[in-house]
Amino acid sequence: MRNEPLIHVQDLVQQIGAQQILRGLTLDVQPGETLVLLGKSGGGKSVLLRHLIGLMRPVSGSIVFEGQEITTLTERELEPVRRKMGMLFQDGALFDSMNVFDNVAFPLRERGERDPGVIRDKVAQSLARVNMEGHDKKMPVNLSGGMRKRVALARAIISPPDVILYDEPTAGLDPIVSDSINRLIRRLQRELNITSLVVTHDMISCNHIADRVALLNTGKIHFQGTLAELRETPDPIVRDFVDGRSGETVY
Amino acid sequence: MFSFLPALIFPLLSGLGELAMLAGETLRSIGRGRIRVGLTLRQIAEVGFGSQLVVLVTGAFTGAVFTAQAYFQFASLNMETAVGPVVALSMFRELGPVLTGLMVAGRVGAAMTAEIGTMKVTQQIDALRALAVNPVDYLVVPRALAMMLSMPLLVVECVGLGVLASYYVGVQVLQINGVYFFANIQKFTMSSDIMMAVIKGGVFGALIVFISCREGLNAKDGAVGVGRATTATVVTSSLAILVANFFLTMALNIIFPAGQ
Repeated sequence: MRNEPLIHVQDLVQQIGAQQILRGLTLDVQPGETLVLLGKSGGGKSVLLRHLIGLMRPVSGSIVFEGQEITTLTERELEPVRRKMGMLFQDGALFDSMNVFDNVAFPLRERGERDPGVIRDKVAQSLARVNMEGHDKKMPVNLSGGMRKRVALARAIISPPDVILYDEPTAGLDPIVSDSINRLIRRLQRELNITSLVVTHDMISCNHIADRVALLNTGKIHFQGTLAELRETPDPIVRDFVDGRSGETVY
Repeated sequence: MFSFLPALIFPLLSGLGELAMLAGETLRSIGRGRIRVGLTLRQIAEVGFGSQLVVLVTGAFTGAVFTAQAYFQFASLNMETAVGPVVALSMFRELGPVLTGLMVAGRVGAAMTAEIGTMKVTQQIDALRALAVNPVDYLVVPRALAMMLSMPLLVVECVGLGVLASYYVGVQVLQINGVYFFANIQKFTMSSDIMMAVIKGGVFGALIVFISCREGLNAKDGAVGVGRATTATVVTSSLAILVANFFLTMALNIIFPAGQ
Protein backbone atom coordinates (compact mmCIF):
# COMPACT_ATOMS: atom_id res chain seq x y z
CA MET A 1 0.00 0.00 0.00
CA ARG A 2 1.31 3.46 -0.98
CA ASN A 3 1.88 6.37 1.37
CA GLU A 4 0.00 9.63 1.09
CA PRO A 5 1.72 11.46 -1.81
CA LEU A 6 4.04 14.33 -0.85
CA ILE A 7 2.82 16.26 -3.90
CA HIS A 8 -0.53 15.63 -5.53
CA VAL A 9 -1.29 17.44 -8.78
CA GLN A 10 -4.85 17.16 -10.06
CA ASP A 11 -6.23 18.27 -13.44
CA LEU A 12 -3.73 21.11 -13.85
CA VAL A 13 -4.45 23.42 -16.77
CA GLN A 14 -2.19 26.21 -17.96
CA GLN A 15 -2.49 28.37 -21.03
CA ILE A 16 0.06 30.92 -22.24
CA GLY A 17 -1.39 33.14 -24.93
CA ALA A 18 -3.31 30.93 -27.33
CA GLN A 19 -1.22 27.86 -26.50
CA GLN A 20 -2.51 25.37 -23.96
CA ILE A 21 0.62 24.07 -22.20
CA LEU A 22 -0.94 21.78 -19.58
CA ARG A 23 -4.26 20.10 -20.35
CA GLY A 24 -5.51 18.55 -17.14
CA LEU A 25 -2.26 17.07 -15.86
CA THR A 26 -2.52 14.70 -12.90
CA LEU A 27 0.56 13.40 -11.07
CA ASP A 28 1.61 12.11 -7.64
CA VAL A 29 5.09 12.36 -6.13
CA GLN A 30 5.72 9.94 -3.26
CA PRO A 31 7.90 10.86 -0.25
CA GLY A 32 11.56 9.90 -0.64
CA GLU A 33 11.39 8.88 -4.29
CA THR A 34 13.15 10.28 -7.33
CA LEU A 35 10.56 10.82 -10.02
CA VAL A 36 11.90 11.67 -13.45
CA LEU A 37 9.57 13.64 -15.68
CA LEU A 38 10.38 13.08 -19.34
CA GLY A 39 8.98 14.93 -22.31
CA LYS A 40 9.79 16.83 -25.45
CA SER A 41 11.49 20.24 -25.27
CA GLY A 42 8.84 22.94 -24.93
CA GLY A 43 6.29 20.41 -23.75
CA GLY A 44 5.54 22.07 -20.40
CA LYS A 45 7.86 20.17 -18.03
CA SER A 46 9.51 23.31 -16.65
CA VAL A 47 6.12 25.02 -16.52
CA LEU A 48 4.90 22.22 -14.25
CA LEU A 49 7.90 22.68 -11.91
CA ARG A 50 7.24 26.42 -11.73
CA HIS A 51 3.67 25.66 -10.67
CA LEU A 52 4.83 23.26 -7.96
CA ILE A 53 6.87 25.97 -6.23
CA GLY A 54 4.28 28.68 -6.83
CA LEU A 55 6.17 30.69 -9.44
CA MET A 56 3.18 30.31 -11.78
CA ARG A 57 -0.54 30.07 -11.09
CA PRO A 58 -2.65 27.56 -13.04
CA VAL A 59 -5.76 28.45 -14.99
CA SER A 60 -7.46 25.61 -13.12
CA GLY A 61 -6.60 22.48 -11.17
CA SER A 62 -5.07 21.79 -7.82
CA ILE A 63 -1.64 21.18 -6.29
CA VAL A 64 -1.53 19.74 -2.79
CA PHE A 65 1.84 19.75 -1.01
CA GLU A 66 2.06 17.94 2.34
CA GLY A 67 -1.73 18.07 2.58
CA GLN A 68 -2.01 21.80 1.82
CA GLU A 69 -3.55 23.27 -1.32
CA ILE A 70 -0.99 25.76 -2.61
CA THR A 71 -2.55 27.20 -5.77
CA THR A 72 -4.75 29.54 -3.74
CA LEU A 73 -1.99 30.85 -1.46
CA THR A 74 -0.73 34.43 -1.77
CA GLU A 75 2.95 35.19 -2.38
CA ARG A 76 3.46 35.75 1.37
CA GLU A 77 1.54 32.61 2.33
CA LEU A 78 3.72 30.59 -0.05
CA GLU A 79 6.92 31.48 1.83
CA PRO A 80 6.68 28.69 4.46
CA VAL A 81 5.87 26.19 1.69
CA ARG A 82 8.88 27.31 -0.35
CA ARG A 83 11.15 26.85 2.68
CA LYS A 84 10.35 23.14 2.45
CA MET A 85 11.23 23.04 -1.26
CA GLY A 86 14.39 23.64 -3.22
CA MET A 87 14.64 24.32 -6.91
CA LEU A 88 17.61 23.89 -9.21
CA PHE A 89 17.08 26.20 -12.18
CA GLN A 90 18.32 25.22 -15.60
CA ASP A 91 21.33 27.57 -15.55
CA GLY A 92 21.60 27.67 -11.75
CA ALA A 93 20.17 31.21 -11.39
CA LEU A 94 23.01 32.18 -9.03
CA PHE A 95 23.01 35.79 -7.84
CA ASP A 96 25.66 37.30 -10.07
CA SER A 97 26.48 40.14 -7.64
CA MET A 98 27.57 37.62 -4.98
CA ASN A 99 30.47 35.18 -4.85
CA VAL A 100 29.99 31.44 -4.35
CA PHE A 101 30.17 31.68 -0.55
CA ASP A 102 27.54 34.41 -0.32
CA ASN A 103 25.27 32.61 -2.78
CA VAL A 104 25.34 29.44 -0.72
CA ALA A 105 25.04 31.35 2.57
CA PHE A 106 22.09 33.38 1.26
CA PRO A 107 19.23 31.13 2.49
CA LEU A 108 20.82 30.84 5.94
CA ARG A 109 21.21 34.60 6.33
CA GLU A 110 17.69 35.21 5.04
CA ARG A 111 16.35 32.79 7.66
CA GLY A 112 18.00 34.78 10.41
CA GLU A 113 21.32 33.00 10.98
CA ARG A 114 23.84 35.66 12.05
CA ASP A 115 26.67 33.62 13.62
CA PRO A 116 29.59 33.83 11.12
CA GLY A 117 31.06 30.56 12.45
CA VAL A 118 27.84 28.63 11.92
CA ILE A 119 27.41 30.13 8.44
CA ARG A 120 31.03 29.31 7.51
CA ASP A 121 30.70 25.69 8.70
CA LYS A 122 27.38 25.07 6.97
CA VAL A 123 28.54 26.63 3.70
CA ALA A 124 31.72 24.52 3.78
CA GLN A 125 29.66 21.39 4.48
CA SER A 126 27.21 22.17 1.68
CA LEU A 127 29.97 22.94 -0.84
CA ALA A 128 31.75 19.71 0.17
CA ARG A 129 28.58 17.72 -0.57
CA VAL A 130 28.64 18.97 -4.16
CA ASN A 131 32.46 18.68 -4.48
CA MET A 132 32.98 22.43 -4.77
CA GLU A 133 35.40 23.02 -1.91
CA GLY A 134 37.92 25.80 -2.51
CA HIS A 135 35.78 27.76 -4.98
CA ASP A 136 33.99 29.93 -2.43
CA LYS A 137 35.61 33.22 -3.46
CA LYS A 138 34.80 32.84 -7.16
CA MET A 139 32.08 34.90 -8.83
CA PRO A 140 29.36 33.01 -10.80
CA VAL A 141 30.58 34.50 -14.09
CA ASN A 142 33.89 32.66 -13.61
CA LEU A 143 32.27 29.23 -13.16
CA SER A 144 31.54 26.63 -15.83
CA GLY A 145 27.96 25.44 -16.43
CA GLY A 146 28.45 22.32 -14.33
CA MET A 147 30.05 24.27 -11.48
CA ARG A 148 27.19 26.78 -11.49
CA LYS A 149 24.69 23.93 -11.15
CA ARG A 150 26.68 22.41 -8.29
CA VAL A 151 26.80 25.73 -6.45
CA ALA A 152 23.07 26.23 -7.04
CA LEU A 153 22.51 22.77 -5.61
CA ALA A 154 24.67 23.59 -2.59
CA ARG A 155 22.49 26.68 -2.07
CA ALA A 156 19.31 24.60 -2.38
CA ILE A 157 20.40 22.01 0.20
CA ILE A 158 22.08 24.22 2.81
CA SER A 159 18.84 24.08 4.79
CA PRO A 160 17.82 20.61 3.59
CA PRO A 161 14.36 20.82 2.01
CA ASP A 162 11.76 18.04 1.88
CA VAL A 163 11.78 18.08 -1.91
CA ILE A 164 14.07 19.37 -4.65
CA LEU A 165 12.78 20.23 -8.10
CA TYR A 166 15.50 19.84 -10.74
CA ASP A 167 14.96 21.66 -14.03
CA GLU A 168 17.09 19.94 -16.70
CA PRO A 169 20.05 19.34 -14.35
CA THR A 170 22.27 17.86 -17.08
CA ALA A 171 21.25 20.08 -20.01
CA GLY A 172 24.25 21.51 -21.85
CA LEU A 173 26.80 19.50 -19.85
CA ASP A 174 29.33 17.02 -21.21
CA PRO A 175 28.71 13.31 -20.42
CA ILE A 176 31.29 13.19 -17.62
CA VAL A 177 29.95 16.26 -15.80
CA SER A 178 26.41 14.96 -16.41
CA ASP A 179 27.35 11.68 -14.77
CA SER A 180 28.73 13.47 -11.71
CA ILE A 181 25.52 15.54 -11.43
CA ASN A 182 23.45 12.34 -11.67
CA ARG A 183 25.49 10.72 -8.90
CA LEU A 184 25.09 13.86 -6.83
CA ILE A 185 21.29 13.76 -7.16
CA ARG A 186 21.28 10.10 -6.14
CA ARG A 187 23.64 10.74 -3.21
CA LEU A 188 21.55 13.65 -1.89
CA GLN A 189 18.43 11.53 -2.02
CA ARG A 190 20.21 8.74 -0.14
CA GLU A 191 22.04 10.85 2.46
CA LEU A 192 19.40 13.52 3.15
CA ASN A 193 16.30 11.50 2.22
CA ILE A 194 15.17 14.29 -0.09
CA THR A 195 12.32 13.65 -2.49
CA SER A 196 13.38 14.61 -6.00
CA LEU A 197 11.40 15.57 -9.07
CA VAL A 198 13.72 15.75 -12.04
CA VAL A 199 12.66 17.25 -15.34
CA THR A 200 14.83 16.07 -18.21
CA HIS A 201 14.87 14.68 -21.73
CA ASP A 202 18.20 12.97 -21.09
CA MET A 203 17.53 9.21 -21.10
CA ILE A 204 20.99 8.38 -19.70
CA SER A 205 20.30 10.61 -16.73
CA CYS A 206 16.87 9.04 -16.34
CA ASN A 207 18.34 5.53 -16.27
CA HIS A 208 20.81 6.55 -13.55
CA ILE A 209 18.55 8.32 -11.11
CA ALA A 210 14.89 7.36 -11.55
CA ASP A 211 12.85 5.38 -9.07
CA ARG A 212 9.81 6.12 -11.19
CA VAL A 213 9.33 7.77 -14.55
CA ALA A 214 6.50 9.87 -15.97
CA LEU A 215 6.21 10.97 -19.59
CA LEU A 216 4.53 14.28 -20.38
CA ASN A 217 2.90 14.38 -23.79
CA THR A 218 0.51 17.02 -25.17
CA GLY A 219 0.04 18.57 -21.75
CA LYS A 220 -0.88 15.38 -19.90
CA ILE A 221 0.95 12.53 -18.20
CA HIS A 222 0.94 9.88 -20.88
CA PHE A 223 2.85 7.20 -18.98
CA GLN A 224 3.86 6.53 -15.37
CA GLY A 225 5.85 3.57 -14.13
CA THR A 226 9.16 2.14 -13.04
CA LEU A 227 12.25 2.06 -15.24
CA ALA A 228 11.56 -1.61 -16.00
CA GLU A 229 7.99 -0.79 -17.06
CA LEU A 230 9.31 2.06 -19.22
CA ARG A 231 11.71 -0.30 -21.00
CA GLU A 232 9.04 -2.94 -21.60
CA THR A 233 6.04 -0.84 -22.62
CA PRO A 234 5.01 -1.23 -26.28
CA ASP A 235 3.29 2.21 -26.24
CA PRO A 236 4.47 3.86 -29.50
CA ILE A 237 4.72 7.38 -28.03
CA VAL A 238 6.89 6.13 -25.16
CA ARG A 239 8.97 3.95 -27.49
CA ASP A 240 9.61 6.85 -29.88
CA PHE A 241 10.81 9.00 -27.00
CA VAL A 242 12.90 6.33 -25.28
CA ASP A 243 14.48 5.11 -28.54
CA GLY A 244 14.95 8.65 -29.88
CA ARG A 245 12.81 8.31 -33.02
CA SER A 246 11.37 11.50 -34.53
CA GLY A 247 9.14 9.68 -37.05
CA GLU A 248 10.75 11.59 -39.95
CA THR A 249 12.11 9.48 -42.79
CA VAL A 250 14.18 12.00 -44.80
CA TYR A 251 17.79 12.89 -43.83
CA MET B 1 -12.64 60.38 -33.77
CA PHE B 2 -11.36 59.55 -30.31
CA SER B 3 -10.92 55.84 -30.99
CA PHE B 4 -7.23 56.09 -30.05
CA LEU B 5 -8.13 57.12 -26.50
CA PRO B 6 -8.68 53.61 -25.03
CA ALA B 7 -5.28 52.49 -26.37
CA LEU B 8 -3.75 55.50 -24.62
CA ILE B 9 -5.74 55.52 -21.40
CA PHE B 10 -5.84 51.81 -20.49
CA PRO B 11 -2.04 51.30 -20.41
CA LEU B 12 -1.71 54.56 -18.47
CA LEU B 13 -4.31 53.50 -15.89
CA SER B 14 -2.88 50.01 -15.69
CA GLY B 15 0.63 51.42 -15.20
CA LEU B 16 -0.59 53.79 -12.49
CA GLY B 17 -2.42 50.89 -10.82
CA GLU B 18 0.72 48.74 -10.83
CA LEU B 19 2.76 51.62 -9.41
CA ALA B 20 0.21 52.16 -6.65
CA MET B 21 0.21 48.44 -5.82
CA LEU B 22 4.01 48.31 -5.73
CA ALA B 23 4.10 51.41 -3.51
CA GLY B 24 1.44 49.90 -1.23
CA GLU B 25 3.30 46.58 -0.98
CA THR B 26 6.55 48.42 -0.24
CA LEU B 27 4.96 50.53 2.50
CA ARG B 28 3.37 47.40 4.01
CA SER B 29 6.78 45.68 4.02
CA ILE B 30 8.35 48.69 5.72
CA GLY B 31 5.46 48.74 8.20
CA ARG B 32 6.07 45.05 9.00
CA GLY B 33 9.71 45.88 9.68
CA ARG B 34 11.06 43.84 6.76
CA ILE B 35 14.00 46.23 6.40
CA ARG B 36 17.48 44.97 5.52
CA VAL B 37 19.76 47.58 7.04
CA GLY B 38 22.91 46.49 5.21
CA LEU B 39 21.25 46.56 1.79
CA THR B 40 19.63 49.92 2.57
CA LEU B 41 22.98 51.46 3.55
CA ARG B 42 24.56 50.10 0.37
CA GLN B 43 21.75 51.67 -1.67
CA ILE B 44 22.13 54.99 0.16
CA ALA B 45 25.81 54.97 -0.83
CA GLU B 46 24.84 54.15 -4.42
CA VAL B 47 21.92 56.59 -4.73
CA GLY B 48 23.01 59.42 -2.44
CA PHE B 49 26.77 59.44 -2.30
CA GLY B 50 27.23 58.22 -5.87
CA SER B 51 24.96 60.91 -7.34
CA GLN B 52 26.62 63.85 -5.62
CA LEU B 53 29.01 64.88 -8.38
CA VAL B 54 26.39 64.95 -11.11
CA VAL B 55 23.88 66.77 -8.89
CA LEU B 56 26.43 69.33 -7.65
CA VAL B 57 27.68 70.12 -11.15
CA THR B 58 24.08 70.46 -12.37
CA GLY B 59 23.18 72.77 -9.49
CA ALA B 60 26.31 74.90 -9.81
CA PHE B 61 26.08 75.53 -13.53
CA THR B 62 22.30 76.06 -13.49
CA GLY B 63 22.74 78.68 -10.73
CA ALA B 64 25.60 80.27 -12.62
CA VAL B 65 23.92 80.51 -16.02
CA PHE B 66 20.59 81.59 -14.54
CA THR B 67 22.39 84.36 -12.67
CA ALA B 68 24.11 85.57 -15.82
CA GLN B 69 20.86 85.58 -17.85
CA ALA B 70 18.90 87.32 -15.07
CA TYR B 71 21.65 89.91 -14.71
CA PHE B 72 21.67 90.69 -18.45
CA GLN B 73 17.91 91.35 -18.31
CA PHE B 74 17.73 93.10 -14.94
CA ALA B 75 20.76 95.33 -15.48
CA SER B 76 18.87 97.41 -18.04
CA LEU B 77 16.25 98.13 -15.33
CA ASN B 78 18.85 98.80 -12.60
CA MET B 79 17.52 95.81 -10.68
CA GLU B 80 20.76 93.83 -10.43
CA THR B 81 20.32 93.14 -6.73
CA ALA B 82 17.05 91.30 -7.46
CA VAL B 83 19.07 88.64 -9.27
CA GLY B 84 19.94 86.84 -6.01
CA PRO B 85 16.40 86.22 -4.72
CA VAL B 86 15.09 85.38 -8.21
CA VAL B 87 17.75 82.73 -8.66
CA ALA B 88 17.43 81.43 -5.08
CA LEU B 89 13.63 81.17 -5.22
CA SER B 90 13.71 79.49 -8.62
CA MET B 91 16.33 77.05 -7.44
CA PHE B 92 14.45 76.19 -4.24
CA ARG B 93 10.96 76.01 -5.66
CA GLU B 94 11.51 74.58 -9.15
CA LEU B 95 14.92 74.10 -10.69
CA GLY B 96 16.67 72.34 -7.81
CA PRO B 97 14.10 69.57 -7.29
CA VAL B 98 13.29 69.10 -10.99
CA LEU B 99 16.88 69.04 -12.24
CA THR B 100 17.98 66.77 -9.39
CA GLY B 101 15.06 64.47 -10.17
CA LEU B 102 15.92 64.35 -13.87
CA MET B 103 19.61 63.67 -13.19
CA VAL B 104 18.87 60.97 -10.61
CA ALA B 105 16.28 59.36 -12.91
CA GLY B 106 18.94 59.14 -15.61
CA ARG B 107 21.74 57.92 -13.36
CA VAL B 108 20.12 55.87 -10.61
CA GLY B 109 16.71 54.97 -12.05
CA ALA B 110 18.24 53.54 -15.21
CA ALA B 111 20.78 51.53 -13.17
CA MET B 112 18.03 50.16 -10.88
CA THR B 113 15.94 49.00 -13.81
CA ALA B 114 18.93 47.48 -15.57
CA GLU B 115 19.98 45.57 -12.42
CA ILE B 116 16.52 44.33 -11.46
CA GLY B 117 15.61 43.67 -15.11
CA THR B 118 18.74 41.57 -15.62
CA MET B 119 17.90 39.61 -12.46
CA LYS B 120 14.40 39.07 -13.85
CA VAL B 121 15.43 37.76 -17.26
CA THR B 122 18.18 35.52 -15.81
CA GLN B 123 15.70 33.91 -13.34
CA GLN B 124 17.48 35.40 -10.31
CA ILE B 125 14.19 36.89 -9.12
CA ASP B 126 12.54 33.48 -9.53
CA ALA B 127 15.43 32.07 -7.48
CA LEU B 128 14.74 34.67 -4.76
CA ARG B 129 11.08 33.67 -4.68
CA ALA B 130 11.95 29.96 -4.71
CA LEU B 131 14.18 30.62 -1.68
CA ALA B 132 11.15 32.13 0.10
CA VAL B 133 12.46 35.69 -0.17
CA ASN B 134 9.95 38.29 -1.30
CA PRO B 135 11.46 40.39 -4.14
CA VAL B 136 9.70 43.53 -2.89
CA ASP B 137 11.25 43.10 0.57
CA TYR B 138 14.68 42.32 -0.82
CA LEU B 139 14.94 44.60 -3.85
CA VAL B 140 12.39 47.39 -3.63
CA VAL B 141 12.30 48.29 0.08
CA PRO B 142 16.05 49.10 0.40
CA ARG B 143 15.97 51.15 -2.80
CA ALA B 144 12.81 52.99 -1.82
CA LEU B 145 14.17 53.89 1.61
CA ALA B 146 17.51 54.95 0.15
CA MET B 147 15.87 57.08 -2.52
CA MET B 148 13.41 58.79 -0.19
CA LEU B 149 16.18 59.59 2.29
CA SER B 150 18.74 60.65 -0.30
CA MET B 151 16.66 62.70 -2.73
CA PRO B 152 15.73 65.55 -0.34
CA LEU B 153 19.39 65.81 0.70
CA LEU B 154 20.55 65.81 -2.92
CA VAL B 155 18.02 68.55 -3.73
CA VAL B 156 19.31 70.66 -0.84
CA GLU B 157 22.88 70.15 -2.08
CA CYS B 158 21.89 71.05 -5.63
CA VAL B 159 20.10 74.22 -4.51
CA GLY B 160 22.87 75.14 -2.07
CA LEU B 161 25.57 74.91 -4.68
CA GLY B 162 23.34 76.69 -7.20
CA VAL B 163 22.96 79.65 -4.84
CA LEU B 164 26.69 79.65 -4.06
CA ALA B 165 27.51 79.63 -7.78
CA SER B 166 24.97 82.40 -8.26
CA TYR B 167 26.69 84.46 -5.56
CA TYR B 168 30.10 83.86 -7.14
CA VAL B 169 28.99 84.77 -10.68
CA GLY B 170 26.78 87.67 -9.54
CA VAL B 171 29.15 89.28 -7.05
CA GLN B 172 32.63 88.26 -8.16
CA VAL B 173 32.19 88.15 -11.94
CA LEU B 174 29.32 90.57 -12.68
CA GLN B 175 30.13 92.99 -9.85
CA ILE B 176 26.66 93.07 -8.22
CA ASN B 177 26.79 94.59 -4.74
CA GLY B 178 27.41 91.60 -2.49
CA VAL B 179 25.68 93.00 0.59
CA TYR B 180 22.43 93.74 -1.23
CA PHE B 181 22.65 90.49 -3.17
CA PHE B 182 22.87 88.46 0.03
CA ALA B 183 20.41 90.60 2.01
CA ASN B 184 17.77 90.26 -0.71
CA ILE B 185 18.20 86.49 -0.80
CA GLN B 186 17.64 86.42 2.97
CA LYS B 187 14.68 88.79 2.70
CA PHE B 188 12.78 86.91 0.01
CA THR B 189 13.68 83.27 0.73
CA MET B 190 11.51 81.68 3.40
CA SER B 191 11.72 78.38 5.22
CA SER B 192 8.60 77.40 3.25
CA ASP B 193 10.71 77.52 0.07
CA ILE B 194 13.15 75.06 1.61
CA MET B 195 10.23 72.84 2.69
CA MET B 196 8.91 72.93 -0.86
CA ALA B 197 12.27 71.79 -2.24
CA VAL B 198 12.54 68.97 0.30
CA ILE B 199 8.97 67.74 -0.24
CA LYS B 200 9.35 67.79 -4.00
CA GLY B 201 12.63 65.91 -3.66
CA GLY B 202 10.93 63.18 -1.61
CA VAL B 203 8.02 62.85 -4.03
CA PHE B 204 10.29 62.75 -7.09
CA GLY B 205 12.45 60.15 -5.35
CA ALA B 206 9.39 57.99 -4.76
CA LEU B 207 8.30 58.37 -8.39
CA ILE B 208 11.74 57.41 -9.69
CA VAL B 209 12.17 54.38 -7.44
CA PHE B 210 8.73 52.88 -8.04
CA ILE B 211 8.84 53.47 -11.80
CA SER B 212 12.37 52.00 -11.99
CA CYS B 213 11.58 48.94 -9.89
CA ARG B 214 8.29 48.28 -11.69
CA GLU B 215 9.99 48.43 -15.10
CA GLY B 216 12.76 46.12 -13.84
CA LEU B 217 10.36 43.62 -12.30
CA ASN B 218 8.30 43.54 -15.51
CA ALA B 219 11.31 43.18 -17.86
CA LYS B 220 11.17 40.29 -20.32
CA ASP B 221 12.66 39.11 -23.62
CA GLY B 222 16.33 39.05 -22.57
CA ALA B 223 18.87 41.80 -23.14
CA VAL B 224 16.64 43.66 -25.60
CA GLY B 225 13.85 43.70 -23.04
CA VAL B 226 16.16 45.05 -20.33
CA GLY B 227 17.30 47.81 -22.70
CA ARG B 228 13.67 48.64 -23.48
CA ALA B 229 12.78 48.70 -19.78
CA THR B 230 15.73 50.97 -18.99
CA THR B 231 14.73 53.44 -21.69
CA ALA B 232 11.13 53.33 -20.46
CA THR B 233 12.32 54.13 -16.94
CA VAL B 234 14.23 57.25 -17.97
CA VAL B 235 11.45 58.54 -20.23
CA THR B 236 8.58 57.74 -17.85
CA SER B 237 10.38 59.03 -14.75
CA SER B 238 11.37 62.26 -16.48
CA LEU B 239 7.85 62.89 -17.75
CA ALA B 240 6.35 61.92 -14.39
CA ILE B 241 8.64 64.41 -12.62
CA LEU B 242 7.70 67.24 -14.98
CA VAL B 243 3.97 66.51 -14.76
CA ALA B 244 3.98 65.91 -11.00
CA ASN B 245 6.00 69.10 -10.52
CA PHE B 246 3.18 71.21 -11.95
CA PHE B 247 0.55 69.67 -9.67
CA LEU B 248 2.89 69.76 -6.68
CA THR B 249 3.63 73.42 -7.30
CA MET B 250 -0.09 74.24 -7.39
CA ALA B 251 -0.83 72.17 -4.29
CA LEU B 252 2.18 73.27 -2.26
CA ASN B 253 1.54 76.91 -3.12
CA ILE B 254 -1.70 76.60 -1.16
CA ILE B 255 0.17 75.23 1.86
CA PHE B 256 3.25 77.44 1.44
CA PRO B 257 2.09 80.60 -0.45
CA ALA B 258 4.92 82.32 -2.31
CA GLY B 259 6.31 85.38 -0.53
CA GLN B 260 4.70 84.64 2.82
